[in-house]
Amino acid sequence: MSILEIKNLKASVDGKQILKGINLTVNAGETHAIMGPNGSGKSTLAQILVGRKDYSVEGRVRYDGKDLLDMDVEERAREGIFLAFQYPVEIPGVNSTYFLKAAYNEIRKHRGQPEVDAMEFLTLVKEKMKILELDQSLLNRPVNEGFSGGEKKRNEIFQMAVLDPKLAILDETDSGLDIDALKIVASGVNKLKRADNAQIIITHYQRLLNFIIPDFVHVLFDGRIIRSGGKELALELEEKGYDWIVKHPQAKELVAS
Amino acid sequence: MTTPAETIQQFVDRDYKYGFVTDIESDAVPPGLSEDVIRLISAKKKEPEFMLEWRLKAYRNWLTMTEPKWPNVHYPPIDYQKIIYYSAPKPKKGLNSLDEVDPELLKTFEKLGISLQEQKRLTGVAVDAIVDSVSVATTFQKDLEKLGILFCSFSDAVQKHSELVKKYLGTVVPYNDNYYAALNSAVFSDGSFCFIPKGVRCPMELSTYFRINAANTGQFERTLIIAEEGAYVSYLEGCTAPMRDENQLHAAVVELIALDDAEIKYSTVQNWYPGDREGKGGVFNFVTKRGKCAGRNSRISWTQVETGSAITWKYPSVILQGDHSVGEFYSVALTNNFQQADTGTKMIHIGKNTRSTIISKGISAGRGQNSYRGLVKILKAADGARNYSQCDSLLIGDRCGAHTFPYIEVKNTSAQVEHEASTSKIGEDQIFYCNQRGIATQDAVSMIVNGYCKEVFRHLPMEFAVEAQKLLGVSLEGSVG
Repeated sequence: MSILEIKNLKASVDGKQILKGINLTVNAGETHAIMGPNGSGKSTLAQILVGRKDYSVEGRVRYDGKDLLDMDVEERAREGIFLAFQYPVEIPGVNSTYFLKAAYNEIRKHRGQPEVDAMEFLTLVKEKMKILELDQSLLNRPVNEGFSGGEKKRNEIFQMAVLDPKLAILDETDSGLDIDALKIVASGVNKLKRADNAQIIITHYQRLLNFIIPDFVHVLFDGRIIRSGGKELALELEEKGYDWIVKHPQAKELVAS
Repeated sequence: MTTPAETIQQFVDRDYKYGFVTDIESDAVPPGLSEDVIRLISAKKKEPEFMLEWRLKAYRNWLTMTEPKWPNVHYPPIDYQKIIYYSAPKPKKGLNSLDEVDPELLKTFEKLGISLQEQKRLTGVAVDAIVDSVSVATTFQKDLEKLGILFCSFSDAVQKHSELVKKYLGTVVPYNDNYYAALNSAVFSDGSFCFIPKGVRCPMELSTYFRINAANTGQFERTLIIAEEGAYVSYLEGCTAPMRDENQLHAAVVELIALDDAEIKYSTVQNWYPGDREGKGGVFNFVTKRGKCAGRNSRISWTQVETGSAITWKYPSVILQGDHSVGEFYSVALTNNFQQADTGTKMIHIGKNTRSTIISKGISAGRGQNSYRGLVKILKAADGARNYSQCDSLLIGDRCGAHTFPYIEVKNTSAQVEHEASTSKIGEDQIFYCNQRGIATQDAVSMIVNGYCKEVFRHLPMEFAVEAQKLLGVSLEGSVG
């Protein structure tokens, strides 16, 4: 069953076209990697899927049978779309646990479930913390404030573990992580994968894909997916570089069209 | 779909819910100010001679003074002859119990969320309720009296405890201190009086609730709190006013005196009518609040949450006279729409090893202008004095302003003075991050603002901290962009 179906998605900002017609179907139980050089439109795609308003958008996106582009940012989130941000923001003075409990309860309210109280929530949270090997003191600190780059990224995946999304989008989660942190984050993401959810991993480098094995790899270049394949495509890219694929005759044809 | 900016606009545009008028007859003097009016007020209150003398001295001084022009606020000139200086809800005979209070007034306070019926009150708070110029009810007086605590309206104090009033009145804020304090000294009609005797810890929060009801009426109340050696009291003040198109003047004076080892905590949640979205109407809040740490090891702290008034001009201060005394100022000041606030504090270090802390959090939204103005003065004798000041400003939207005017005067080389300041903006990114986690924009703004104010809120008594959080949420409805 498809969770996400993107048809001919185009997007521009200030008259500059960034996405030039993306087609992509993501089914339940699948992990898709989207790779591409800087400026190819990877992050824009993620931002549009979660509802950032800075772009003018054309095309169709179905999510879980609904028209995604008609939904508000928070509605998409409550329907199970989660973005692990490339640059998580700091919210000074707002306690991490309080923040996450508010988010968790919004999702429960949306589903018609009763809200959980602080004690119930804490029990849940402690269990999820083990997955990410996070220090409990993070829970008492303000959201992302004073966190190191690595802690911020781990905190994103921790939030993902608690909110249990149907579609998780990880935007350059590997950047700024050392190899140990990378392994912890990847193993967390792997543990969260199930037959009824899906993941989109956006990354510039192949190294994250050593630990999170994708079912499909797509190469985004100049606003289009110019090549799709299995996990071996990522390795080939690593070896030959983006140039190889960009100069491929099939790619040239696509870009010119 | 609404954008964050639109949602924030709606959030800011929420209406002032205390803007109703109670239909009660009032006994007022004609508008205008003269020695005759002052004599009339004093006569109505059957005051002893010394009070009238003091009022007249203040009035004669006021005539020679000019309105201060240095605050960073702008408003049309005030015609002091058009203001009614005394208005009291009728009938006002000597009330023996709450049962004799006008039911309309009781209803007014119920509507404001303040029950004057002692048996209905759950929290340990004693209330002095003041409408326009007079106190209409004071609760829990009898319980407090058993401990020797005097808590009553200022008028009652002048009658029953005139020796205490005479001893302390004007010792912290002299009748000629400044323009508005002089005006207040001349015409003040009521207020709260509180005296905690030696060694007594007041077991409940004492609070005064101010309500301006009558039109064209100025409210000039005067509060005097005295904590004798080793005494402790926590005091809270709340205020609201009806929505009216014309501006109303509120010029209060609060004096606090702490003797050796005494502690006074004074908290304010100020929610006077701020005027409408176009900046029409609202209360001019020109207030002089000052505490004197007269004794050794005494402590005075001011905590204020200022969300109302069209204009706020207010610098709750502490004179640190006793050695080892401590002064604190924690403030959240919010300006939205066309509100203007020029607020801050003065910490005057005189005694040795005196310490002061200033935490000021300004929030500007809409076209609000928020200024922090503070003075830290360390006098020559104040060996080992220390001050820490932190002034933060938070901007919501791009049409508001934040200004900081810190003044530091140090005459003793052993003093340590630290000042930190920051300005930040609620970013679209923060809101978007919250939205992406399923949290709606207005909840996100409340959450961010409350996070920002946390350091101040934790100094408020529990119930009022909750009230203050809600109040900020309401006052900010509709404001990010």
